[in-house]
Amino acid sequence: MSASAGHGAAVRIEACGKTFADGTRALEPATLDISSGETLVLLGPSGCGKTTMLRIIAGLELPDAGGKVLFDGKDMTSVPIERRNVGMVFQSYALFPNMSVSDNIGYGLKIRGVPDKERAARVAELVALTNISGLENRRIDQLSGGQRQRVALARAVAIRPGILLLDEPLTALDAALRDRLRGELNRLLRALGITTIYVTHDQAEAMELGDRIVVMQKGKIAQIGSPREIYFTPQSRFVAEFIGAANIIESPLENGHLVLPGGRQAIGGDANMPAAVAMIRPETIRVIEAGSAPLSGIIDSVSFIGDRQRLVVSGASNRLLTVDAPNTVQANAGERVGLLISPDAVRLLPPED
Amino acid sequence: MSHRSFVWLCLLPLAVVTAAFFLLPMARLVVTGAEGPQGIAGYLAILTEPRYRATLINTVVLAAVTTIVTLVVATIAGMFLQRHRFPGRAVLIAMLTFPLAFPGVVIGFLIILLAGRQGLIGDWSNRLFGEKLVFAYSIYGLFVGYLYFSIPRVILTIMAAVQKLDVGLEEAARSLGASPWAVQRDVVLPALAPAFVASGAIAFATAMGAFGTAFTLATNIDVLPMLIYTEFTLAANFSTSAALSVGLGIITWFILALARSFSGSTVAAAG
Repeated sequence: MSASAGHGAAVRIEACGKTFADGTRALEPATLDISSGETLVLLGPSGCGKTTMLRIIAGLELPDAGGKVLFDGKDMTSVPIERRNVGMVFQSYALFPNMSVSDNIGYGLKIRGVPDKERAARVAELVALTNISGLENRRIDQLSGGQRQRVALARAVAIRPGILLLDEPLTALDAALRDRLRGELNRLLRALGITTIYVTHDQAEAMELGDRIVVMQKGKIAQIGSPREIYFTPQSRFVAEFIGAANIIESPLENGHLVLPGGRQAIGGDANMPAAVAMIRPETIRVIEAGSAPLSGIIDSVSFIGDRQRLVVSGASNRLLTVDAPNTVQANAGERVGLLISPDAVRLLPPED
Repeated sequence: MSHRSFVWLCLLPLAVVTAAFFLLPMARLVVTGAEGPQGIAGYLAILTEPRYRATLINTVVLAAVTTIVTLVVATIAGMFLQRHRFPGRAVLIAMLTFPLAFPGVVIGFLIILLAGRQGLIGDWSNRLFGEKLVFAYSIYGLFVGYLYFSIPRVILTIMAAVQKLDVGLEEAARSLGASPWAVQRDVVLPALAPAFVASGAIAFATAMGAFGTAFTLATNIDVLPMLIYTEFTLAANFSTSAALSVGLGIITWFILALARSFSGSTVAAAG
C-alpha cells in the first residue's frame, strides 16, 4: 500500500461494458485513462451509465467478458473491492448507524489492524480536515445532511486510498449547502491529490471540480475534455445542450454565412456544406442598435436575473434565440434589436443522425 | 349531548370488555394465588418448592434455547431467501410459513410421526444401528416442536428487516476493506438487532406458554404450562396453579422488558 497523501493510482479501464442479467445494456464497452492525481467527473443524465462505470472501477460490478480494470498498470478486474484500496462516498452516505462518528471514520483502519493510538491520531487529523470537530462522539442520526457528507468523506479518505470514488455526494443536500460544500470539496480534493472519480448529473459541480469531464449519454461516452473544451467546443448537440444554455440553429449555409430569417451570420473557418447545425452560447451575443446590425430580431421577453438579464428574441433565427445581456443594457419587450455575434462564437455541430 | 360525553360513551364498550375479560380475571387470579393454606407465601412456593423450581428453570431454559436456535436458523435462511432469486423460491417460502396455519396439537402430532415410537427417525435408526431412537415424548420432542413453531414467525420478520437493509452499508464496509465475515459482524447483524429482539421476544413468549404441543406429546413433561394444568385439573389445587400462572406471566413479561431495554441500551452505547 504505497498510497500516501499527494499520490494516487493511475486508472485504466479497457473495453468495459456492462449488460445486466435481464439483458439491459447499462454501459457500452468503453476505454478510459485517468492519470494519477487527476479529478475526473462522469457527467450525464440518470441512466447514462455513469454510476455503472464507477461501480466497475470500484469493484462492485464485474465488467462484461473482455473488459479490464487496471490500477497503475496492474490488472484488478477480478480483485474484489475490499482489496482494491479505494475510498468510496455513496449518495446515501451509508454511514454505519451502530457506530459513532469517530468509529465510522476509523473503521477502515480498525479492519486493517492499525493500532489504537495511530488510529485515533488519524481520525483526529481527518476530523480537523473536514471541519467536524466536536462531533466525534455523536451518533449518525444526530448529524445534519452536510455533517454526514463530511463524515462519509473523512471515512473514505482515512484509509489513504489510491483512488477516491464519489457517487453524487452532494445530491442529497439543499441547493445553498450544495454550493458551499462544492467549493470546500474542491479545495480538499486538490489538497489530497488522490486520483478522484466523481459521478454527478449536475453540470455546475462537474465544471468546478473536474480536471476533465466525461459526458455520457445512453451508456456511451459522448465527449471527454476539460471543462472549457466541453463548454466551448461541444462535439454533439447532446453535449451542447446538456452543458450550460445553448442556442441550436439549423440553417442553410452560403459563402461562410448562416442564412437566417433576421439576416446573415458569419461563421468561423470555411465550411463547404449546404446546411449546418450551429451552437451559439447566450452570453456570446451582444445587443446593439438594430440599424447597422447584420442580424436583428424583436425582443419577446426580458427576465432580470440580477447579475445579467436574459432576453428572448424572435425573428432573428428560425427559433427563439436566448441572449444573456449585461444588466446595464436597456431592453424592453417589443423593441427591435441588432445582434452581434463573433464568428468564432458560432460552433458547428455534426448533423443529427 | 356534548362532543366530550359522546366520546366517553364510545369508550364505554371498550371499558366494559377490558374490565370483564382482562382486569377482573387478572385481579381474581392474583387474589386466588394468595388464598392457599400458606396465604401470600404461596407465591414463594414457586421458588422454594424443588419441583416447581426445577420446572420453572426447565421452562425458561427450553424457551431460551428455542429462541437462540430459531434466531440462528431463521437469520441464515431469511437472509438467503431475501437476497437470492431462484426457481421454487416462492414455494419454499410458502412451505416455511406453513406451520403458522397449525395449532399446537397438530404440531405435537407431527413430532410423534417424526420421532415417536412408530416415527420415521426411529425406523431409520433401527435399520441403521439396530436401535430405535425415540424422543418425541420428552422435552427434546417439545424443543423440536417449538422450533417448527417459531421459525416461520421469526423468518418473516428477519426477511422484512433484510429487505430494508441499505445495501450501501455493506458496500461501504467492503470498500473500507472489510471481509464478508467482518461485514456481517460489524454492519449486518447490528442493523438486524431490533428485528432479532422483536421476533426473538415473540419466539420466547410462545415457547414459555405453548400448551397444546406439550399436552399432545406427554402429560409428564416438566414445563410450566403443563404443571399449571396438572395442579389445576388433577390436584384441584387452585391457589398454586393461580400463583404459577402469575409467575409465568411475570417472568415472560420481565424477560421481554429486559430484551427491549437491552436492545435500547446497545443502541445508546454506540453513541
